[in-house]
Amino acid sequence: MKSPKVVASTAAGLVALSLGLSACGGGDDDNGGGSGDAKFDAGSTGIVNASTQKGGTLKMAQPDDFDSLDPADMYYAYALNFARLYSRNLLTYTSKPGDAGTAMSPDLAEGLGVPSDGSKTWTYKLKRGMKYEDGTEIKAQDIKYAVARTFDRSVLHNGPSYFTQLLDAEGYKGPFKDKNLDNFKGVETPDDYTVVFKLKAPFSEFDYVVGFSGQTAPVPAAKDTGARYGMHPVSSGPYKLEGDYQAKKGGVWVRNPNWDPATDPNRKALPDRIEVQSGLKADEIDNRLEKGDVHVDLPGSGVQAAARQRILTNPKLKANADNPLAGFHWYIPINVKTIPNLECRKAIVYAADRSAMYRAYGGEVGGEVSTSIQPPNVAGREKGTDLYTKADPNFTGDPTQAKAALAKCGKPNGFSTTMVFRSDRPKEKATAEALKQSLDKVGIKLELQGFPSGTYTNEQFGSPKFVAKNNVGLGTYGWAPDWNTGYGYLQPISDGKAIVDTGNANPEELNDPAVNKMWNDVVSVQDPAARAKTYNEIDHKIREQAAILPNVYAKSLLFRPANLTNVYFHAGYGMYDYVNLGVKG
Amino acid sequence: MGLLLIISAVTYAIFFLVPRAAGVSSDDIAGRFAGKQPDAVTLAAIKDRFGFDDPVPVQYGKFIKGIVVGDTYDTGTDKIDCPAPCMGYSFRTNQSVTEQIVDRAPITFMIALGAAVLWVIAGVSIGVLSALRRGTIIDRAAMAVALAGVSLPVFFTGLLSLAFVVHKWQLLPSVNYSDIGDNPFNLILPWICLAFLYAALYARLTRAGMLETMNEDFIRTARAKGLPERTVVFKHGLRATLTPIMTVFGLDVGLLLGGAIITEKTFSIPGLGQLALDGVYQSDLPVVLGATLTAALFIVLANLVVDILYGVVDPRVRHS
Repeated sequence: MKSPKVVASTAAGLVALSLGLSACGGGDDDNGGGSGDAKFDAGSTGIVNASTQKGGTLKMAQPDDFDSLDPADMYYAYALNFARLYSRNLLTYTSKPGDAGTAMSPDLAEGLGVPSDGSKTWTYKLKRGMKYEDGTEIKAQDIKYAVARTFDRSVLHNGPSYFTQLLDAEGYKGPFKDKNLDNFKGVETPDDYTVVFKLKAPFSEFDYVVGFSGQTAPVPAAKDTGARYGMHPVSSGPYKLEGDYQAKKGGVWVRNPNWDPATDPNRKALPDRIEVQSGLKADEIDNRLEKGDVHVDLPGSGVQAAARQRILTNPKLKANADNPLAGFHWYIPINVKTIPNLECRKAIVYAADRSAMYRAYGGEVGGEVSTSIQPPNVAGREKGTDLYTKADPNFTGDPTQAKAALAKCGKPNGFSTTMVFRSDRPKEKATAEALKQSLDKVGIKLELQGFPSGTYTNEQFGSPKFVAKNNVGLGTYGWAPDWNTGYGYLQPISDGKAIVDTGNANPEELNDPAVNKMWNDVVSVQDPAARAKTYNEIDHKIREQAAILPNVYAKSLLFRPANLTNVYFHAGYGMYDYVNLGVKG
Repeated sequence: MGLLLIISAVTYAIFFLVPRAAGVSSDDIAGRFAGKQPDAVTLAAIKDRFGFDDPVPVQYGKFIKGIVVGDTYDTGTDKIDCPAPCMGYSFRTNQSVTEQIVDRAPITFMIALGAAVLWVIAGVSIGVLSALRRGTIIDRAAMAVALAGVSLPVFFTGLLSLAFVVHKWQLLPSVNYSDIGDNPFNLILPWICLAFLYAALYARLTRAGMLETMNEDFIRTARAKGLPERTVVFKHGLRATLTPIMTVFGLDVGLLLGGAIITEKTFSIPGLGQLALDGVYQSDLPVVLGATLTAALFIVLANLVVDILYGVVDPRVRHS
């Protein structure tokens, strides 16, 4: 039998090692942690380490992998951001810090789209002399082909489906099944430098559809390899892939000598070489970021809990971190079918302890208490007024109002329902528990059920059938816009038409005829300010219906090594702007 | 062969039958492979491409057909020939599963090989020494270390070694090994961590075996004949002890060749284990099937090799 002293000293040693483990990694080295002029959060609104110095190797890493490298087949925001290093679209987000980043800029096109026929036709003129990596010229037909291939959803199924929904090309199956591109009527190319989109119905925000994704990046038909195009997409941007991309391992990009910077004001293309390593553990990426061995954490969603602690408690590291609003709003949809009575839903909103929910997301560094459904980076968004709740970090709920609402609802003693959350997300679990406690005080009993992230938004909270069968009244949820307008943010989560059987982004199942009509009408309104006014009205109506309990506008904690130059947060992508980064030395 | 068939059938059942029984529809499964907010057209197209609406036996039959006679893969623009044994193409990356396994297997092989050399040398040596010095401070210290090794999983020793040896003290560079052409000494930490776990077990096994063997009559006879102690220990004692150790060794190496999942995950090494794990996380059935069958194959082969080696080590097996 071992002596108690030996056991005790061994245990103490292990505890000490564990403590050391959590404490280490906070390096004071020159590359990662120690920066002289950087300040905390400076990259959220301005450029840190501004530079025009070319050369070096930019090292990026990710724990998982892109959904695809085929610009037409990707939806992850970071993949769309990264794809601009090797592909150019007709339009793209403006490469600038601050709110300017949410606006569209011409990329391959000379200017923004010219609408006609009441916004049913959109025309784009191409700049001249732009080339692929093999030196052949980019022409309008290549863009038509690129858009046409998005119609084959069996081959390319990851990307957005706006073109298939909006373009007047009913019955078209895509160029893999229908080899005659003339049969694709949704896009016309009257000459080599003009692309004309023909829509089924007016759509005033078509520029955003064209620019937010990679689906207008030109694809030379002769080089298209269909489902495997993502292994080596042909470059139209400043970098080209060296060899094939190895899924879950990574790839290397080198300069594309046929890219002409004179035609491209959006990309500085500073490094000579870009290396991507996939499959590196998230905590290991954080450690290497602090040492400056990795320059960019590709997913751009912020550092992990261990690094967060180190960074916030070490002034040197903290000076190299940014804490911007990431574009997400974490909120609580209240299902209007499970809880059909408005007063019952209002009771939930009245009783919610916003303070506890705010703290569950990490307090000041984790986010801001939200008022409107639209987060602050949505163009034209109004802050909104509090309805049944208060956007106050100290507000702990109003049980009196909640009980009054319950009485009006006909359930003065409360009711029971199920709340779901992603079990592998501690913040969501803490939010659900906080809400359960506060609702319990007024007699609303929540049964909490956790599900894995991998299936949550498709098969549980994203499945109306599951929601109905399991009496799900509430759930944790978050949404970031495809593009930063009220349409890009609110339409998928509040339009009755957007309710689908799998992957439903409107888990509150709001199908309000008045709201639906506003969505139908607003797409023909030409004036952005007038559209924004409608979006704000819809935002107000959702809260008035108590269909969504606002919670927290997410903030991420991003780390920028001191050897990374030209760093700024890009509001369009919700992370650093990858096309303008450089490296020192 | 029968074992491989059973494993593939069970994997299929886990992927399709269990979720179906739990109420997951083919739309739900298709939704895992679609982007944000998939529409009905996209879900139907995915189901059609991957055959999720086909009865499970039909899907399984297609898989077996690919293994036996090969298959063709439609990229949209081309039909790629996938010769037997064709394990299909990843639902996620569209890469050939066979190619991925061929790419990843040497990486896992390097991890297993390096670690196995270390743990056999260290484990058996410590075991022999402990047995010969039974009850001394050396024996106690060795067994204490062995106990620690058996008790500490790789995700603990691995993270600890990364945090201190690589990041804090910077004694070794970060573990970067993603290709068989990379410097194998990048794997020194994974080797040591894996070897620490296994060496401990082998030390204990060897010690127990040696203690038992060294008390046998034939050892006494060997000593009575006047053989040098070194010959008695290594030629007679250790050789007799090796048979059970070899059995365990074969199984361990076979398991590791199928994927040192925790080690690969801890050190971010893209071997077969990572491939299998990613496949499971992403519901990528062809990858899961391919990785599982490869792992099973390695275990079967390792056992076969062990059976053959029995004859070499133990003359009684050869004569029988």
